[in-house]
Amino acid sequence: MKKLRMSKATGINFLTYALVIIAFVVLQVMGNQGMLSSTLKGQLVPICAYVVMALSLNLTVGILGELSLGHAGFMSVGAFAGAVANVALSVSVPDTGLRLALSMIIAAIFAAIAGVLIGIPVLRLNGDYLAIVTLAFGEIIKSIINNTYIGMDVDGLHASFVQNTLKLEAGGRMILNGPMGIPGIQKTSTFVAGFVLVMVALVIIFNLVGSRSGRAIMALRDNRIAAESVGINVTKYKMMAFVTSAALAGAAGALFAQGQNTIVASKFDFNTSILILVFVVLGGLGRMWGSIIAAAALTVLPEMLREFADYRMLVYAIVLILVMLITNNPAIKNFFESTMGRIKSGKKAKGGAEA
Amino acid sequence: MLAFLNHVINGISLGSVYAIIALGYTMVYGIAKMLNFAHGDVIMVGAYICFFAVASYGLHPILGVLLAMLVCTILGMVIERLAYKPLRQAPSLAVLITAIGMSYFLQNSAQLMWGTNQKMFPAIFGKTPFSFGGITISVTTVVTIIACVVIMLALTWFTGNTKMGKAMRACSEDKAAAQLMGINVNTTISITFAIGSALAAVAGVLLCSAYPNLVPTTGSMPGIKAFTAAVFGGIGSIPGALLGGVLLGVIEIMAKAYISTQLSDAIVFAVLIIVLLVKPTGLLGKKIREKV
Repeated sequence: MKKLRMSKATGINFLTYALVIIAFVVLQVMGNQGMLSSTLKGQLVPICAYVVMALSLNLTVGILGELSLGHAGFMSVGAFAGAVANVALSVSVPDTGLRLALSMIIAAIFAAIAGVLIGIPVLRLNGDYLAIVTLAFGEIIKSIINNTYIGMDVDGLHASFVQNTLKLEAGGRMILNGPMGIPGIQKTSTFVAGFVLVMVALVIIFNLVGSRSGRAIMALRDNRIAAESVGINVTKYKMMAFVTSAALAGAAGALFAQGQNTIVASKFDFNTSILILVFVVLGGLGRMWGSIIAAAALTVLPEMLREFADYRMLVYAIVLILVMLITNNPAIKNFFESTMGRIKSGKKAKGGAEA
Repeated sequence: MLAFLNHVINGISLGSVYAIIALGYTMVYGIAKMLNFAHGDVIMVGAYICFFAVASYGLHPILGVLLAMLVCTILGMVIERLAYKPLRQAPSLAVLITAIGMSYFLQNSAQLMWGTNQKMFPAIFGKTPFSFGGITISVTTVVTIIACVVIMLALTWFTGNTKMGKAMRACSEDKAAAQLMGINVNTTISITFAIGSALAAVAGVLLCSAYPNLVPTTGSMPGIKAFTAAVFGGIGSIPGALLGGVLLGVIEIMAKAYISTQLSDAIVFAVLIIVLLVKPTGLLGKKIREKV
């Protein structure tokens, strides 16, 4: 029985990898054949970034079982760290692919540090209190970045806080300009890079979840007191999941930022955190392939709803409410399940007759 | 010193608005155990209704406020009936997402109906400020603080002495037991939403009297702040909402005046985090004992 369940999980993991690879190949071929509209093409990098965001949040919400309402904060840290690294390294690392990879790693490190700093106080709390503190941290990160000024000249990087007091040497340039954000980013993100990041995120998450540590994390989710009483170190494993999730979100932020012309801190606000949470909940808690599909579909959906013009966000809201009602109301759910069951059993009966 | 007193009074006034909004969050959380993210947008709807009643139809401001309360009460009950009641048994995350969907829905409906242009909320409480001993206080500030005190006293009396208020407290402690005692849980929850939404309408009018720029997203940031205030004071507790709201308002105004305008939000949230670390269930929250 145990062996069977293990193999089922591995099977789902391989199907998830396959799903991503097939989607990548199909989109790449379609792009080369000129079958993708230019708006959809422009969305490929953001879709990859949101997919990684959804995967990483699913690690916190689905696997660790703690609700986070400030995930965009880590994305923000990663986006700004990555974009600054991109500019700062533009001379010493001329190759754009390598520079993107380096900036993602730097972004992941910065986001992981933020994750540790935030995780220490946050993970001591439970339930809704934890959620509100993550929300607060998201807002604090937004405020801090809105008030940070970073410039570069021949002496290297300079930073100041609240007021722009930088005195740059001749030939220096401002990189991060407080509430104005970072303008004129060189677009180095590509769909291939996005695909690689999604695969890396999947490998990290599946290996973590399948490992001894992953089982400890899930044990904490299912029953913290029981897990603690068999000697699982609560803080260590909670931190492990939380910081991994933050680092992945940071890398996704770097990918996202380097696909944009300009980024501002207010882009990564509470609404973005909620958007990503919606991907995770719609895709299913702990279900990675669900997060991938939900993130991709819901990023494209507003574009698809273009024909509704002004009504598209309204339609989006209604779709969201209806999906939640349909999937969670016992009466409606039973109705759907019994209809599906009837269709399935009907098919089986037919198949049996034919055989 | 005078400037300091002025900041304190302004802080209490802003805090009173937060407290009135926080009451809606806290009462709904206490009974339905859900975070009603659409609450901030009900504030916005209330403000718009009052705006149109007063500025376009020339109604008396009092009538405008009453109309806004009526519309918001109905709106709150309809939202509860259509979106939240079918999910009574669902996991809390599903309810949370539905509430967020409802919040988007209200914002976008408002945008379609009333446009994205900023509306200047009329000064419905008059413009001549009071002044005594060098301190000038606007009428809006006085009205806000009085409204908050009156609402607090009325609610404390209501939950303590009326049959419906006792039913609410019973439901928030144990829904199943309350049902066995013959309390109609659905009606009680519905009434809670009605009261919360009516208060949201009042808060919307007061908020827009003090900060007169009205847009479809007016409610979201005060909504988040008030939610923070509710948690700050201990979510589920009515005096907690008052304490949390007022403290948050004073901290915000003080941070703006003495530290930095841009960083005031960060400071407010940082204080919240510190408080939650010391008292994990808020200032007046009950300590929950874990049972194995």
